[in-house]
Amino acid sequence: MEKGVGKIMANQKQGTASQVVREQDKQKRDQAYNKYVKQKTPTFSTAKNTIKAFFIGGIICTMGQAFIAYYKYMGASEDTAKAYNTVTLVFLSILLTGLGIYQKLAKFGGAGTLVPITGFANSVAAPAVEYKKEGQVFGIGCKIFTIAGPVILYGIFLSWLLGLIYYILKQLKVA
Amino acid sequence: MDYIKAFLVGGAICAVVQILLDKTKLLPGRVMVILVCTGALLGAVGIYEPFAKWAGAGAGVPLTGFGNVLFKGVKEAVDKEGFIGIFKGGFTSSAVGISSALIFAYIASWFFGPKMKS
Amino acid sequence: MSEQQNTKSKMVGKQSLMFQNPPIILASASIAGKKESEGPLGTLFDEIEEDPLLGKKTWEEAESELMRKAALKVLEKAGLASRDIRYLIGGDLLGQLIATSFGIGELEIPLLGIYGACSTMGEAMTLGSILVEGGFADRILAITSSHFAGAEKQFRTPLDYGNQRPYSASWTVTGSGAVIIADSSFAPKGNEAQIIIKGVTIGKIVDYGLKDSMNMGAAMAPAAFETIKQNFEDFGVDPSYYDKIITGDLGYVGKQILIDLLKEKNFDISANHMDCGIEIFDQDNQDTHAGGSGCGCSAITFSSYILKQLREGTWKRVLFMPTGALLSQVSFNEGNSVPGIAHAVIVERR
Repeated sequence: MEKGVGKIMANQKQGTASQVVREQDKQKRDQAYNKYVKQKTPTFSTAKNTIKAFFIGGIICTMGQAFIAYYKYMGASEDTAKAYNTVTLVFLSILLTGLGIYQKLAKFGGAGTLVPITGFANSVAAPAVEYKKEGQVFGIGCKIFTIAGPVILYGIFLSWLLGLIYYILKQLKVA
Repeated sequence: MDYIKAFLVGGAICAVVQILLDKTKLLPGRVMVILVCTGALLGAVGIYEPFAKWAGAGAGVPLTGFGNVLFKGVKEAVDKEGFIGIFKGGFTSSAVGISSALIFAYIASWFFGPKMKS
Repeated sequence: MSEQQNTKSKMVGKQSLMFQNPPIILASASIAGKKESEGPLGTLFDEIEEDPLLGKKTWEEAESELMRKAALKVLEKAGLASRDIRYLIGGDLLGQLIATSFGIGELEIPLLGIYGACSTMGEAMTLGSILVEGGFADRILAITSSHFAGAEKQFRTPLDYGNQRPYSASWTVTGSGAVIIADSSFAPKGNEAQIIIKGVTIGKIVDYGLKDSMNMGAAMAPAAFETIKQNFEDFGVDPSYYDKIITGDLGYVGKQILIDLLKEKNFDISANHMDCGIEIFDQDNQDTHAGGSGCGCSAITFSSYILKQLREGTWKRVLFMPTGALLSQVSFNEGNSVPGIAHAVIVERR
């Protein structure tokens, strides 16, 4: 019983300035400091941000729906219409990035602009526009994928891995 | 009706990610990777495709949809061409998204420069 | 008194120096950017540069230009030419200190380039006053700068990338600050009070294991804590010894942490603590979250606001202590924490 109470009390005392200053062991002190900082660091009002993200993300996806409907109306098949929609959204995102509007929208919408493919497009356009001063090859060429690179790498790799598993499973079922 | 679904589903996915961004120390770059991988995984276990068919652009436009498209491409390539399809399907299906981003971004660099934040 | 005894008595405590013949600050200059000009200290800067590129082609060249202008301005205000300065001690945030090298190269002043991240002004003034007081220089120029765009590009992401900054993130100041430190014999004749550097406390690297690159204030607060504590111990004083204890860019988050940590050691600085990062921007109207940061933050605040208060006699003695975070992109990506450092300079009106 006493041990349990002691444990609770110890937990409560963790992560205070007092513990940070008094702790002799470096690892424990660092742990305490990290906990203490977390308490002291205010975060955004998540509710407001979530609503804004919901709203902006919803609008972008609705626009996508509208584009797909339009391209289908113009005679494209389902898949082709989706492809054209991708091109359209990417183009608009990059145009707005160049004009300096996308960044303002992103500040407001947060995940609402990051999650749709527009976020990916912006992450390719931003380095392209910034690094051109370092040259075509070593500036833009080398650094254009500095933010989006991981998306492509891990997207391709994971789908390859899953495809491999799928292939093996297929073989097993057949065999 | 399609539009309402697109708005609600797309918005919901963004809202969940926003909470992730605010409550954890995750940086946007990592979040994008998580989204793509999640889409690919859900596509592989057969959940994302029916979800996308129902929600339309609400599931297609977010990066999770991109991940799903990647897996779908690999799966179809494997069905059609066997083993080599594993290597072909990913880039083929994502070609439009990646090419358009790359090409338009490069062209944008001809006309625009970086803008100071205020 | 023999030479050896003289040198020995300048070392005070574990990390501090007390100058027997304190060098004076002859002049100061501050060049600031547009956002800084719109802040609470906006009218105090010597020059404002509205164009973030300062007419140059790249952000890096713009920062060099800021430095060049600050150096020229401080020389002008002191009525000196570049050949009158024995050494220039300076640095910036950019890799390999290119803003400094390309900024002040044409002045042809012997250069001692230093890197202290945002603590550079403290380090430059410390080294400068040691050289002067030790008889190794008659007049030195201490200078540093930072540029929002250059820093963002190097440490975070390209400017046009659409992201939301967390509350704990700070805004790198676009600006350059410079001071000329001279031997006391160069003090202008007359009854005017002089601003002297009475002593310094050189900081150690302090790392409490924080890995959040978006919360610099919290990462540097331990370094500020340990240097201030050491300053009090070395000189045998307490917070009331100073009219103001001024940190560089701890921001709102770091400030609270610093006060808390010092309270645990029975030092209460809540009454006279001031942070340049907090003073330089209006948090409510300028959307700067945790406050200003960067080498330029402490430098231009010191060169304009702090020296003004000292010259006018509002304050008699301050502890000026810029704080720095000694990380790089590589160290951070490789999973390391953010080590901090803080150098304190005792500036007094006499």
